[in-house]
Amino acid sequence: MAAISLQTETMAEEVKLFGTWASVFSRRIEVALKLKGVQFEYIEENLSNKSPALLKYNPVHKKIPVLVHNGKPVAESLVILEYIDETWKHNPILPTDPYEKAMARFWAKYIDDKLLPAAIKVAMSKGEEQKGVIEEIQKQLKTLESELKEKKFFGGESLGFVDIAANTIVWLVVAQEALGMEILTEEKFPVLHGWYQRLVDDAVFKECMPPREQHLSFVKVRFGSSTPSK
Amino acid sequence: MVGVKLFRTWSSPFALRAVWALKIKGIDYETIFEDLSNKSPSLLQYNPVYKKVPVLVHNGKPIAESLIILEYIDETWKHAPLLPEDPHERATARFWAKFGDDKVLTSIWSVFIKQGKEQEEAMVPALENLKFLEEELKGKKFFGGETIGFVDLALGWLGNLISILEEIVGLKVVDGEKFPLLSAWMQDFADAPIIKDNWPPRDRMIVKFQALRDATIAAAAAAAAAATSK
Repeated sequence: MAAISLQTETMAEEVKLFGTWASVFSRRIEVALKLKGVQFEYIEENLSNKSPALLKYNPVHKKIPVLVHNGKPVAESLVILEYIDETWKHNPILPTDPYEKAMARFWAKYIDDKLLPAAIKVAMSKGEEQKGVIEEIQKQLKTLESELKEKKFFGGESLGFVDIAANTIVWLVVAQEALGMEILTEEKFPVLHGWYQRLVDDAVFKECMPPREQHLSFVKVRFGSSTPSK
Repeated sequence: MVGVKLFRTWSSPFALRAVWALKIKGIDYETIFEDLSNKSPSLLQYNPVYKKVPVLVHNGKPIAESLIILEYIDETWKHAPLLPEDPHERATARFWAKFGDDKVLTSIWSVFIKQGKEQEEAMVPALENLKFLEEELKGKKFFGGETIGFVDLALGWLGNLISILEEIVGLKVVDGEKFPLLSAWMQDFADAPIIKDNWPPRDRMIVKFQALRDATIAAAAAAAAAATSK
């Protein structure tokens, strides 16, 4: 005899983040989740031995970060940030005005399309080539600085979408210290340097930074055979 | 200044995205055709960072980067939505649009600008990327479902440029047998109302892209010769 039982299950909100401790991309997601006070389970991936779960959740790129919310995966850090903002609507990361939103998306994309590849290149290059990339990065930093203007953060009074994407600059500063380069200095970039200090002092942001000594060692080991440029 | 202006070129597939979106939404706009070898002061003023098309100017405020323009159009004129409402579906749409630009476009372009063994090798990732699109179309007429949406507009360049590039290099890239769904989608998209009236003239495109391929191959050969003669 079939027994029919109705079970109503309240599924607790299940949020998982697959990341790695030194990844600029997965740290962005940690910042966003913490800003919104979202509880999540963090899974540290070993990228030379990717978990079956990661491969299942991101079959296209097989990369971190991946956010899994109630079993549904989202990949690509800026896409994940927008998902988080649209799902947990308090403490917004993006502006509500469509034009302001477009501007935020523009600058986040600029950071990922221009600054980030240049930051990787500068760590991997030496001598004259490195000098050239440093100049390129400094032009990009000037561009970002002129966008920041008088604001406390790119997002205004508090951290926003662009500030989170601009965590790239923190990674750049770690690289410049680890590898003996001079790129972002207070003298050359007084405005951006002020922003940088506020960013790394922010209660939520600093909780999500890789531990500095470990991060410096990591960069030295990964990139460190180049001689520092003077 | 009131109204909508679109800075574009006659051939840019990125600018076409904005054209399609504006027409789907029935928005009146003024077109400014740019000659990229002689950029107008307006273009340089409206897109100082990249100096590229397309740029949408709405009530005097400029927006650059085609996918960002699409989202701005969708958020400003809310009828005939391009993106779904559900946050996870929106994230998925953004993921595929980004995949299209970061992977599909770059890998197909790679096939197009190479020859011989290099071209053969470039085909491998190109076909892998196309396979992901084929998978994504399962059970759907368009990437957006029953009707054209954000991802269709983002990938729409395939509906026109693929056959042009295939004709120039004499290679079949999107084989109807290997990619039945994608081939059908390319046809359905290319023939859809609004879309089909806005393709650039094919003969002009063939001339332009042939010249682009020849120039790229020549430049690569010159660079290789210079490198070996050092």
